[in-house]
Amino acid sequence: MPTGVPIEFRGVSKRFGSVQAVTDLDFTVQPGRVTGFLGPNGAGKTTSLRMLLGLVTPTSGTATIGGRDYRSLERPVAVVGAALEAASFHPGRSGRDSLRVHALAGGVDAARVHTVLDTVGLTDYAGRRVGGYSLGMRQRLGLATALLGDPGVLVLDEPINGLDPEGIKWIRGFLRSLAGEGRTVLVSSHLLSEVHQTVDEVVIIAKGRLVHSGPLSSLETMTGGAVVVDSPDRAALLVALHAGGLAGKASRDGIVVPGADPAAIGHLAFRAGVELSALYRESGASDLESSFLALVGEEGAL
Amino acid sequence: MSPFAAALRAEFTKTFTTRIWWILLLVMFGYLALLAGGISFGLAGLNSARPELAQQGGEGSVAGLPLALVAPVVYSLATAVGYVFPVLLGSLAVTNEFRHKTLTPTFLATPKRGASLAAKWGTMLVLGALYGVVALIGTVGVGALGFAVFGLDSQLGDGDIQALLARAVLAMALWAVVGVGLGVLVPSQVGSIVLILAFTQFVEPILRLAGGFADWAGEVARFLPGAASDSLVGASIYSVISGSGVAALEWWQGGLVLAAYAIALAALGYAVSWRRDVT
Ligand SMILES: Nc1ncnc2c1ncn2[C@@H]1O[C@H](COP(=O)(O)OP(=O)(O)OP(=O)(O)O)[C@@H](O)[C@H]1O
Ligand SMILES: [Mg+2]
Repeated sequence: MPTGVPIEFRGVSKRFGSVQAVTDLDFTVQPGRVTGFLGPNGAGKTTSLRMLLGLVTPTSGTATIGGRDYRSLERPVAVVGAALEAASFHPGRSGRDSLRVHALAGGVDAARVHTVLDTVGLTDYAGRRVGGYSLGMRQRLGLATALLGDPGVLVLDEPINGLDPEGIKWIRGFLRSLAGEGRTVLVSSHLLSEVHQTVDEVVIIAKGRLVHSGPLSSLETMTGGAVVVDSPDRAALLVALHAGGLAGKASRDGIVVPGADPAAIGHLAFRAGVELSALYRESGASDLESSFLALVGEEGAL
Repeated sequence: MSPFAAALRAEFTKTFTTRIWWILLLVMFGYLALLAGGISFGLAGLNSARPELAQQGGEGSVAGLPLALVAPVVYSLATAVGYVFPVLLGSLAVTNEFRHKTLTPTFLATPKRGASLAAKWGTMLVLGALYGVVALIGTVGVGALGFAVFGLDSQLGDGDIQALLARAVLAMALWAVVGVGLGVLVPSQVGSIVLILAFTQFVEPILRLAGGFADWAGEVARFLPGAASDSLVGASIYSVISGSGVAALEWWQGGLVLAAYAIALAALGYAVSWRRDVT
């Protein structure tokens, strides 16, 4: 079983002519975990991953895999598996032949071609020319290419894009199992909600700069979570909250109180004699999403 | 296996898993067979229809021209006319990578960019030789048939002709890698196809024609790639059409000049496009 090695970005910057795409990126991706690399469109995710993979030369800084430059790896395909955006295939070549070419170039046993086709569920379409593939099929072929060398490190750029719900469910479980085997898994996305069920760690960038990195739970504690509370008598509830020093905002579901503790609100209502019809912590997803948006918020817009 | 050897195997598989290599090959074969057949059947037919012409030329002549001159010109149509096909193949091998963004997987598997370009170069050298063999099957096969049908000597037993055929294969191999060089220098697919067609069908023929008018121009013109190729092969329909006063290069000099073009273009293209960022 191949084991993962850390990915390290150290002071990485990239300028394309007059466009400063990435600025002084500094973070580490650990093996055995799924790390989400998040940021809005144009944040610099793809550029950063391409620098890691030796496709783009950084203006300054280094991006390494297990301490080594990608271009210095002996058999890179067996160390790092990468899938960068859909459609980097010759449309006139079949899916199977595309994998065969990559296996030959990467010095990988040809038998792996069948294995990975099977893994991603493309066996039935492998003989078709890629030009006739759907977006989801190309996405799966990209993943198959990444898995070809059975690498300890996986770098996937927006792998969920274009997959059907079943495919999304499958890839989530699959990424988790890869990390469970001790591999390093770095997955980019512009939507936290797309990956929050999958990732253990997040690295968030906006406008080419790192804005946050840490475990997924670090996003929860940032806003402290919002509590939704409701009463048949909303006016009385609002007064009670106000008296307790809490500010609530009415919404369709009830009154949303950011950064509060449900127990404390329950106590306030009980003391004020206000009947409650609902009291719960807002679901993790939308909560995380709001911290994500807060982080990339004004920074994030293109 | 070294990265170069692995990339070489991958490049061969790349070539044979898409259709363009055999489409170009078939078109080239048909075109050359038609051309060579037209000339050999035409001249040989004329020869038997007009006995006075045969009389005048004497033994070993066709339509009044010595066969030892006509046969190599017919056979060398393989290179003199057919060379544009390996050039196109070589350039497409490169420009397809840019056009379909397959440089990403190519460089992921072979991050040493020099090795990956060298592998393409080596693969196309072999493919060009294959094109050379097929081109000669077209010109020699049909051309010799035309002479033989009318009872003329095809000259194929001649050692000089056999050497010419071998050098023609080498020339076609070199033309394919000239195509690789052009492809990296002009990665735009449309751009390089236009450049190749314009240069081979228009610019170079005119320059070589101009070379026939002044010695200094002829001096320069013999170093043009097409002229160098004709020198390497040792015969060409163009040399017959536009006899320049300046002596052509020796065959080995022509070979070296053509090889120099192939290497220089690839080296220049490497710097211009191949080692660039892939985004
Ligand atoms: N070759 C290039 N030349 C000029 N600018 C570029 C080039 N490649 C990327 N950029 C710029 O760099 C910035 C980052 O782009 P990048 O593709 O890395 O973003 P991203 O985070 O992957 O976005 P998305 O979510 O849309 O895929 C953008 O402003 C983009 O326009
Ligand atoms: Mg991107």
